[in-house]
Amino acid sequence: MQMSGAAKTAVEPVLEPVLEMRGIHKRFPGVRALADAGLRLFPGEVHTLMGQNGAGKSTLIKVLTGVHAPDEGSIVLAGRPVSPRSTQDAQNLGISTVYQEVNLCPNLSVAENIFIGRYPRRFGMVDWRAMRTQATELLARLQVHVDVRQPLANYPLAIQQMVAIARALSVECRVLILDEPTSSLDEAEVQTLFAVLRRLREEGMAILFVTHFLDQTYAISDRITVMRNGEREGEYPCAELSRLALVNKMIGASPDAAPLDALDSAGDQALEPGEVLVRTRALARKGALAPVDVELRRGELLGLAGLLGSGRTELARLLFGADKADGGAIDVDGKSVTFSTPRDAIGHGIAFCSEDRKIEGAILALSVRENLILALQARAGLWRAIPFKRQQQLAEDFVKRLGIKTASIETPIGSLSGGNQQKVLLARWLATEPQLLILDEPTRGIDVRAKQEIMDYVRQLCRQGMSILFISSELPEVLRVADRVLVMRDRQACGSYRRGELDDSSVLRAIAGEGA
Amino acid sequence: MNAPLHDAAPAASSSSALDDQAARFALLRHPLTRPLAALLVLLVLDAVLVPGFFHIALRDGHLYGSVIDIANRAAPLMLAALGMTLVIATRGIDISVGAVVALSGTVAAMLVNGTPGSPAMPLGAALAAALGVALLCGLWNGALVAGVKLQPIVATLILMTAGRGLAQLLTDGQIVTVYEDSFFYLGSGYLAGLPVSLFVVAAVFALLLFLARRTALGLFIQAVGLNPVAARLAGLRTATLIVFVYAACSLCAGMAGLLITSNIKSADANNAGLLLELDAILAVTLGGTSLAGGRFSLAGSLVGALIIQTLTYTIYSLGVPPEVNMVVKAIVVFVVCISQSGELRALLKRRPA
Repeated sequence: MQMSGAAKTAVEPVLEPVLEMRGIHKRFPGVRALADAGLRLFPGEVHTLMGQNGAGKSTLIKVLTGVHAPDEGSIVLAGRPVSPRSTQDAQNLGISTVYQEVNLCPNLSVAENIFIGRYPRRFGMVDWRAMRTQATELLARLQVHVDVRQPLANYPLAIQQMVAIARALSVECRVLILDEPTSSLDEAEVQTLFAVLRRLREEGMAILFVTHFLDQTYAISDRITVMRNGEREGEYPCAELSRLALVNKMIGASPDAAPLDALDSAGDQALEPGEVLVRTRALARKGALAPVDVELRRGELLGLAGLLGSGRTELARLLFGADKADGGAIDVDGKSVTFSTPRDAIGHGIAFCSEDRKIEGAILALSVRENLILALQARAGLWRAIPFKRQQQLAEDFVKRLGIKTASIETPIGSLSGGNQQKVLLARWLATEPQLLILDEPTRGIDVRAKQEIMDYVRQLCRQGMSILFISSELPEVLRVADRVLVMRDRQACGSYRRGELDDSSVLRAIAGEGA
Repeated sequence: MNAPLHDAAPAASSSSALDDQAARFALLRHPLTRPLAALLVLLVLDAVLVPGFFHIALRDGHLYGSVIDIANRAAPLMLAALGMTLVIATRGIDISVGAVVALSGTVAAMLVNGTPGSPAMPLGAALAAALGVALLCGLWNGALVAGVKLQPIVATLILMTAGRGLAQLLTDGQIVTVYEDSFFYLGSGYLAGLPVSLFVVAAVFALLLFLARRTALGLFIQAVGLNPVAARLAGLRTATLIVFVYAACSLCAGMAGLLITSNIKSADANNAGLLLELDAILAVTLGGTSLAGGRFSLAGSLVGALIIQTLTYTIYSLGVPPEVNMVVKAIVVFVVCISQSGELRALLKRRPA
């Protein structure tokens, strides 16, 4: 999608806002989720809510839809103060939400999904005919023509999304919230969705759109509210906010260039790029990654920058065989390989620390030792058990080397802090002595010191000849550790910068998609 | 419990003054403590209420007595429970155990007897064939769970129905009486004064314990049971592992079928092993393995099976009327399970003493 069509059909609103959230505060134990956050929505506009991960977008939406009660602040809907206590409550007030993961029932028919919980009745019985007619009419309004008697699962995700929207519209609805509706749609499906949104906008609906995709933001929005650190950073007419400015506002102050110089140059000069270790040729997966060509040399630390949903994690997962590619090829050491399971990739010396530590990494009830040797043991196979003494020695070694703070190596990893868990998982992969180590958000949710230690250690590994793919949402981090930065945007690679040519503003521009 | 004796360890060690207390707690918290205590209570009850309960007599070089009898009768359940432990540790469940018992027993009985069309098979070959059928059953279950990704309870429900049905088809719904004497050795013979079935259980237990401790099987099963996604990303062959545990479970059930058929000298496709899967699941639970998967205890499951059998024996020998029988059993099981509930312990702890 190109940025050309910043479809500005709607005029600058002069009316009263249909919805206004003011001075919203929300604290969770130990976390300040929202501080003086707010939002204004006018009828007949598409309003995009943007912000980094953890900026408070979801919490704000949850306050609006009655999932969380705000500690402070007010919500005014059509001139009346409201305080929704449940999603049901919010829906009755005319605030409908379509969630990121379509939360419908795939085995029920399309019509049943639209009217679930509110089946039209006649003489106390479900009036199936009325339900079918109304469902067909509702979908026709969205330009969707399907057999509403078919089970929902028979239709592609995009249609399911439309059904979710139809359900939202089937009740009296003044505000329609779309929470990351496009994250699993492909290009054409996104366009269909946008066509529907434009039509609804013309009908006077106020639409709140939450997304990570910049191109989509500019293609559909009238105004943008940017959130950062739980606060409302500002509200801007889409046409007056350049992409660069938007990214700057999301990320905060432009990344500090100082740490770049602070890196010891001696160590870096020793880094002769080795031969190519991994190369992808038009590697792609529908709905996740557009064809990407990447080259990674031995001993190179490649940083992947980009916003969430830009295709960073998706690329990493394909390289590790965690997901299956449906196009393109991967070469390791010049030989074409196919990874259908992580096991295949591990066999080629590839390791992957997932961004989701709790679900995809740590096995919380198992000990530090067991977690640490798991990948090594998996590679050795069932029969060649690593002798217990050797396991202990490995675990003790890594605990010392990475400075893992744990009562003992037999402590369940679940009782360690996030940073220490992350180090154990790093050790799990280092124990397999990989050629390529993929680190997806290795510093997320851990304290500053552990962050620093992990980044230092990663550079050290790289100097010893390991190739590393380093993914982080925090641009300053990527700029600091990487030899080369690959910028991804909207599921494709869109620029590569060597260390010498690195400067924050050009990378920022690439992330934002303003002529790099 | 397998590797994780250290379950209780970490919290302790820091302060020496607390060591004594900590050691006591470690013992209390050892996963085998509760099931063993429950078994002990039942045995003490029996010793008091049933005259000569612990009396063991030597007759014709065989040991006779209530305790031996209980262990012998518990043998099929112990086998089934051992297999079930592995399945449950991977977050699965296998409700086809009883059907596999019936099927393997039927196959063995028919092959040993020979049918009008085919002559009797040598004993070894017949037993191997019966176990082969059981193995096929396990592979089928495993393929449905790991390959087709059916929910375990649904996947094994298929065989639960089909297995017994197949056995009934083979026998025309008739009981097959076995005439081959050598076949009876397994279920009612004696070795070194003890029932042969106990040696079968011991051998299977030893083999599984070896696999769990001396190979990486224990670690892998726990990893898959606790977090299948992370296990796959760590490079485990999760599907193969799941097929393996279902195969192992069905093999154990097959062996249990041989013991039962041999013991009653006939194969009863309609009733052999009926509801054995439920007792096996119960035994595993009583033994302290969580149905949520992960940490498992093979020894605990054996103890669980013994608890169930002892309970049955106690109820019968006390002359409890058959109509109250089930209720008593349910109450005891309820108490034992409740005593292992973490939720309940947390609840009791919260309440000021």
